[in-house]
Amino acid sequence: MLNIEKEILIKMYETMVRIRRFEERAGELVAKGEIKTPCHLYIGEEAVAAGVCQALERDDYIFGNHRSHGHYIAKGGDIKSLMAELFCKATGCSKGKGGSMHIIAPEIGLLGTPPIVAASIPIAVGTALASSIKNENKVSVSFFGDGATNEGVFYESLNFAALKKLPIIFVCENNLYSTHMPLAKILADTSIAKKASAFGLPGIQIDGNNAIEVYQAAKEAINLARNGGGPTLIECKTYRWRGHVGFSDDLDKGLRSKEELDYWMAKCPIKRLEEELIKDNLLSQEEKEEISQKIEKEVERAVQFAKESPYPEEAELSENIFKDV
Amino acid sequence: MRKISYSEAIREATEQMMEKDSNVFVIGQGVWSPWFVGKTCDKLLQKFGEKRVIDTPVSEAAMTGAAIGAALAGLRPVLIHPRMDFMYLTFDQIINQAANWHYMFGGKINVPLVIRGIINRGGEQGAQHSQALQAIFAHIPGLKVVMPATPYDAKGLLVSAVQDENPVIYIDDRWLYEQEGDVPEEIYSVPIGKGVIRKEGKDVTVVAVSYLVPEALKAAEDLEKKGINIEVIDLRTVKPLDKEIIFNSVKKTGRLVVCDTGWQAGGISAEISALVSENIFESLKSPIERVALPDAPAPASSVLEKEYYPNKDTIIKAIKNQIFTK
Repeated sequence: MLNIEKEILIKMYETMVRIRRFEERAGELVAKGEIKTPCHLYIGEEAVAAGVCQALERDDYIFGNHRSHGHYIAKGGDIKSLMAELFCKATGCSKGKGGSMHIIAPEIGLLGTPPIVAASIPIAVGTALASSIKNENKVSVSFFGDGATNEGVFYESLNFAALKKLPIIFVCENNLYSTHMPLAKILADTSIAKKASAFGLPGIQIDGNNAIEVYQAAKEAINLARNGGGPTLIECKTYRWRGHVGFSDDLDKGLRSKEELDYWMAKCPIKRLEEELIKDNLLSQEEKEEISQKIEKEVERAVQFAKESPYPEEAELSENIFKDV
Repeated sequence: MRKISYSEAIREATEQMMEKDSNVFVIGQGVWSPWFVGKTCDKLLQKFGEKRVIDTPVSEAAMTGAAIGAALAGLRPVLIHPRMDFMYLTFDQIINQAANWHYMFGGKINVPLVIRGIINRGGEQGAQHSQALQAIFAHIPGLKVVMPATPYDAKGLLVSAVQDENPVIYIDDRWLYEQEGDVPEEIYSVPIGKGVIRKEGKDVTVVAVSYLVPEALKAAEDLEKKGINIEVIDLRTVKPLDKEIIFNSVKKTGRLVVCDTGWQAGGISAEISALVSENIFESLKSPIERVALPDAPAPASSVLEKEYYPNKDTIIKAIKNQIFTK
């Protein structure tokens, strides 16, 4: 299929299933009150993180935001540490000091996910700047939402990255809502990809629910960046199935219609790739079932690990304010 | 020993640290300009090239973010804001991001970043070209804040700041740029978090920072002639504060005047007064006196500026209040 190796397609598929199952389980635990940290679930947007991260190398950098469980998992972060962080336990990826909105996995290039909207965009420009100064081959990816394109630093960052031809990909996950506000109510021009042209950058809009399309677009942008061609802005049109924060779909709050949600659920990114893989005989029903069971177990092990882990010691309160030499 | 100016000491420290460590680079508005940052970046561009000496667009927030990112990727940026007033535009990046990063991500990664904020005021520049923001930064967990008052410390503290593994706000005041003093040619460091006694005395302790240190010394000299013996402490670092040096001195003199170049309300002088009251109240013979900016924006008119900025005379007045209060 489309000149992409089977192994890559299956890995992408697995990643999406892993994110979905992890997020569904996290949502259940939020609903039960077992997870208290505010969780912004990624369900429905899996193809973006999976497609982009599949095109990256392990030591490439990525930065996320408040809705970053998917980025963490797609880049290859350990889900036990992630689940433990959602329980704010000492074994969490941020030692229980971050919670859902401040997660990190430097070992796989995720250097942070600050939830202040757009804050990590210039920081990702900074890791790209470091690659340029050090003449390294690493590429940086900044993941942000549509709402972030209303922040000044977004434009400052596009300009500087374009000016210096830095190796960075700006990936906008356009899920059509900025918290409760539909895009048309907050953006004078709702084409986000078009904004790239003001800086002389390639800007493309793609179907963010099509993992293959995301992977291909990311691959092309990454190759360009790695070879000194500078940044690309990729706008991925997608949709979050749950509300801005928490487990609910928010339909009862009147923020969006059931018809709209149904439309997007019918465009499920996982189902879409799955159908293509099955059609092309790249995935059998048995293999699909195996993947599903394997991931179910992984996630349950993560939940168990998180529940059994200790909370941080009181002394942790004043640890890590500064790094000691 | 060789004497050089305060601004040359900053420049030399930057140059020597860039020579010593290829991870050090300079980024900020005006670093290619012959006047924007005084002479503190002279010759760096010619020596190290555009990759390591980066003059930037007027995008304070994003440039601060870029410096943070570069630090996360293992470099040691020296980010320069040629006027502190413009640093309000960077608060998300400095306060939410740089200061918190190490803590909120469980100590997994750190931000070895120097942020030079230059105080540039006087000369009828008015409210938005005059401010000293040390107290705001000192309020934030995760930031260190240094304010050298001498050429020796200007170099030594910049070296320490570059070597530190954490974000350090390094505040230099252009009113000090021409001041000359002894500065060793080699690289040396001055510890962050340690004050120094500039003049020993027994009657009144004067704790000062930045340009108020030389003013306090002049005040002490004048009063010496009148038989009043002042101890002058140069704080050098306003976060973390060197409490011991202050407490030990006040225990000896029983009287304290605190001089800060920022606003009095909620400022460094308030913090020091509170610490002394909390910890060694019984040592005080009279109420603590503060010399700092009034609760007003910086005016433009030089007549008002004269009223606004404290100097030797303001300090002498405060000391006399101490002596004559019992």
